[in-house]
Amino acid sequence: MQNLALIAPLLILFPAVGAFINFVWGPKLNERASAIIGSVAAGATFFVALGLLTYLTGNFYQPAIVNPPLLDGWIRIPSVGLEIPWQQRIDTLSVTMMMFVTFVGTLIHIYAAGYMHGDKRFSRFFAYLNMFLAFMLILVSGNNLLMMFVGWEGVGVCSYLLIGFWWDKPNGEGIKNSNAARKAFIANRVGDFGVLLALFLTFWTFGSLDFFKQGEVANPAHYGHLVHEGEASHAEEATTAEGESHGEEAVPAEGEAHGEETTAAEGEGHGEEVMAATESHGEEVMAATEPEYVDNAHLTYNELGIFGKAEARIHLADGETLDAGDGTQISRTVVIGPWTADIQTVITLIVLFMLLGAAGKSAQIPLFVWLPDAMAGPTPVSALIHAATMVTAGVYMMVRSNTFFYNAPEASLVVTIIGGTTALVAGFIAMGQWDIKRVLAYSTVSQLGFMVAAVGIGAYGAAIFHMMTHAFFKALLFLGSGSVIHGMEHGHHHLHGHDDHGGHDDHGHDSHGHDDKHGHDDKHTAAHAVEEKFDPQDMRNMGGLRSKMPITYVTYLIGTLALAGIFPFAGFWSKDEILADSWFAGVFDGKIGGYIAFALLIAAAFMTAFYMWRQIEMVFHGEARHEAAKHAPESVWQMTVPLIILAVFSVFIGFINIPSGIGFFSLGLDGVFGLHTLTNWLEYSVLHAHAGEFNGLVALIATVLGFAAIFLANRIYGGNKALTNDGRDPLQANAATGPFWALANARMYWDETYQRLFIGPFQRISQLLADIDWNFWHDYVHDSVITRGFNGAAKLLSEPVDQGLIDGTVNGVGRLVKWFSGLLRRAQTGYVRVYAVALLVGVVAVIVLMLLPVLRG
Amino acid sequence: MVQTEAYVILSMVLFAIGTLGVLLRRNAIIVFMSVELMLNAANLALVAFSRQWQGVDGQLFTFFVMTVAAAEVAVGLALIVAIFRTKQSINIDELHTMEG
Repeated sequence: MQNLALIAPLLILFPAVGAFINFVWGPKLNERASAIIGSVAAGATFFVALGLLTYLTGNFYQPAIVNPPLLDGWIRIPSVGLEIPWQQRIDTLSVTMMMFVTFVGTLIHIYAAGYMHGDKRFSRFFAYLNMFLAFMLILVSGNNLLMMFVGWEGVGVCSYLLIGFWWDKPNGEGIKNSNAARKAFIANRVGDFGVLLALFLTFWTFGSLDFFKQGEVANPAHYGHLVHEGEASHAEEATTAEGESHGEEAVPAEGEAHGEETTAAEGEGHGEEVMAATESHGEEVMAATEPEYVDNAHLTYNELGIFGKAEARIHLADGETLDAGDGTQISRTVVIGPWTADIQTVITLIVLFMLLGAAGKSAQIPLFVWLPDAMAGPTPVSALIHAATMVTAGVYMMVRSNTFFYNAPEASLVVTIIGGTTALVAGFIAMGQWDIKRVLAYSTVSQLGFMVAAVGIGAYGAAIFHMMTHAFFKALLFLGSGSVIHGMEHGHHHLHGHDDHGGHDDHGHDSHGHDDKHGHDDKHTAAHAVEEKFDPQDMRNMGGLRSKMPITYVTYLIGTLALAGIFPFAGFWSKDEILADSWFAGVFDGKIGGYIAFALLIAAAFMTAFYMWRQIEMVFHGEARHEAAKHAPESVWQMTVPLIILAVFSVFIGFINIPSGIGFFSLGLDGVFGLHTLTNWLEYSVLHAHAGEFNGLVALIATVLGFAAIFLANRIYGGNKALTNDGRDPLQANAATGPFWALANARMYWDETYQRLFIGPFQRISQLLADIDWNFWHDYVHDSVITRGFNGAAKLLSEPVDQGLIDGTVNGVGRLVKWFSGLLRRAQTGYVRVYAVALLVGVVAVIVLMLLPVLRG
Repeated sequence: MVQTEAYVILSMVLFAIGTLGVLLRRNAIIVFMSVELMLNAANLALVAFSRQWQGVDGQLFTFFVMTVAAAEVAVGLALIVAIFRTKQSINIDELHTMEG
């Protein structure tokens, strides 16, 4: 069991290999092979995550830090003490993330096999999806901020690639898709800037980026608490100090500290009610690997991760110091260049920078504008990346850094306000949209606002809970909308198949009509230039799909009810927990943020129910408003099966964290209700996850508001009144609500404001710089200085130096030889007589030379 | 008995006449005859020394020279005839196309 954690690197390896195969051999594979490779890689990660879950439950939730074999030590610069290992952290928080990421991811892979059928880049789509999964798992399993950032950027790239997946659609569609991709990427860059600053500041302050180090316990109080339960001796002591003493006094033979109760191992919590049973149970399983440590008393400051260090420093008094482990004294003061700052200030800054990062990735005000545009991507991408998983990365980062957020109340208030406002604003905009996916996109922004607000009020467990339930029902809704769009397109095709048989053949459709879905419209547009533009995502064209697409309808309805927070669907529990927590934070803890969050979120919850029911009425109820809707078929099994699975989970997933204090609703099942399973489970990793008690009043208000919103939406849109006769929204037609509706429809002019405030000036500055570049740099510097200077130098080299000196020398040598030979050739007269004289003279000379010694004697 | 010196002197005179004839005359035939004169001057000297030393080497060598001279005359006269045919003259000063 101990070694089961070592499978963690496979989490990344499987999808990476899947992506690699589809990248390299994708074009040669047929659709079936590509889809199977992609889906199997995704499914394999789910089983790895399941294995890690088993590991945790079997090991008393003891977190594991895994060093992948080939990447031992990642970035290491010993001279400056920089050491960032490539480590994966297996703890309750990361496993929670892995579980729903891989589960939803696998389902969406299967769905995409049906949805993307006929796409010319089918295999590449699966490669991108697998690559996304790999990066997302790096993000959630990394044990340091830098690894998280690697995953963070990686998923951003995949998001960019997938939003712009249909970059080559004709008629300007492709450009729009590419622009949406760029918008997403650029908005995220702004956020990444914040993450980087938070990262730098964290490293500067704590000298490390590790979340936790080996042997460190994330939440000593929680483990200490368990120790009490296991020993059942000290009834009320649950402080860290007490936990320490236990750790020392009860070391068993294996040299390990004592265990804990094991009801949790069975996936149950440890509420007060089940305490009695745990003792004997706990003893039996003691032989397994108990947590080696239940607190961090054995670790010095330097041996702690960033959160442990932050916690240690923030609790120092002014002037008090702490031995770091190597003799250096650590105080509250942080020296940053020429400035000094209190640790509180630094943490506040880190939190604000992280908030900026989360605002980018998790689409909060002011950076949320990219997410609605991101719907340009294929629907499975919207479901996986832009609803269920990637966009929750910001929330994950904040929950992971809960120690920072908890210790920065002012910054947390900002977080609350940002989250609550985003929830409200996005909910408002969603009410005025026509595009089925755009409504869901704004809904996602709004729900992410809920999570961020939950982080702001300190309800970290509730944020994760809502993230998890939201992943299921929002993925369900997106996949449902994809099914609807698919059906509409097929209906539209069907229509034209009957209208124009010649055209039908030209389209080259296969027999059952599952043609290349996006190429489809374009071909039609080409074939029927006069035909009006048909938008399969426009809810005005829909209506009455209930009978055409029954499975999609029922699952969509479940998703809607879950999102609207109707009892007992998943959204009810998670949304209610956030609302209850904010109510508690306001009323009992007296935090202003609690009141703000409650007010904003309850209004947003009302809007949620309203716009979702508006959508149900427009899409599924009433009568078909377009011929395509009349002929929309139900989708293929690859698409409906994931819908059904997700629908089942959307109903039941809320039960994993049922709050306590539920009163008469519990129907005497106190042993089941009030368990806070997820929160308790998260508490092993999240220091400040606290279980929100059930508050009957809050639940009542929320439920009543939810039903009221649905009732209201039903009154306005129900009974085939979804559109007025002139094709307007009833709210648009109403004089009182018209302006508000117009504001929502125009997306509150958010993009236009950015256009005016940032993009316009930016473009003007760019133009100015371009002018400077062209006129000054290019024309003057480039042409006059560089070109002319170069020409001058070249001329100097060519004329005097090359032609003058070098050529002169060479020619001079030649001329010298010529002149000299001219002299010599005169001897060659051609007159035989002259040669004869020369011969004679030569002979005489030789004779004289021969005779000279004789004559001298 | 005539002194060997006399033969040698006569040989020198003949050789000088031949040399001057080669160098100064322009008629190819004359030049040719002058060359013959030089050869025969050499022959005379060879024969004179042969008698002086009572050996036959000089006389033998003379025969060779006469044979070569005969061959030379055959080639040389043929050349002269060829030159005359092309130039209508046997003035060797007109033959300087090999000038450098």
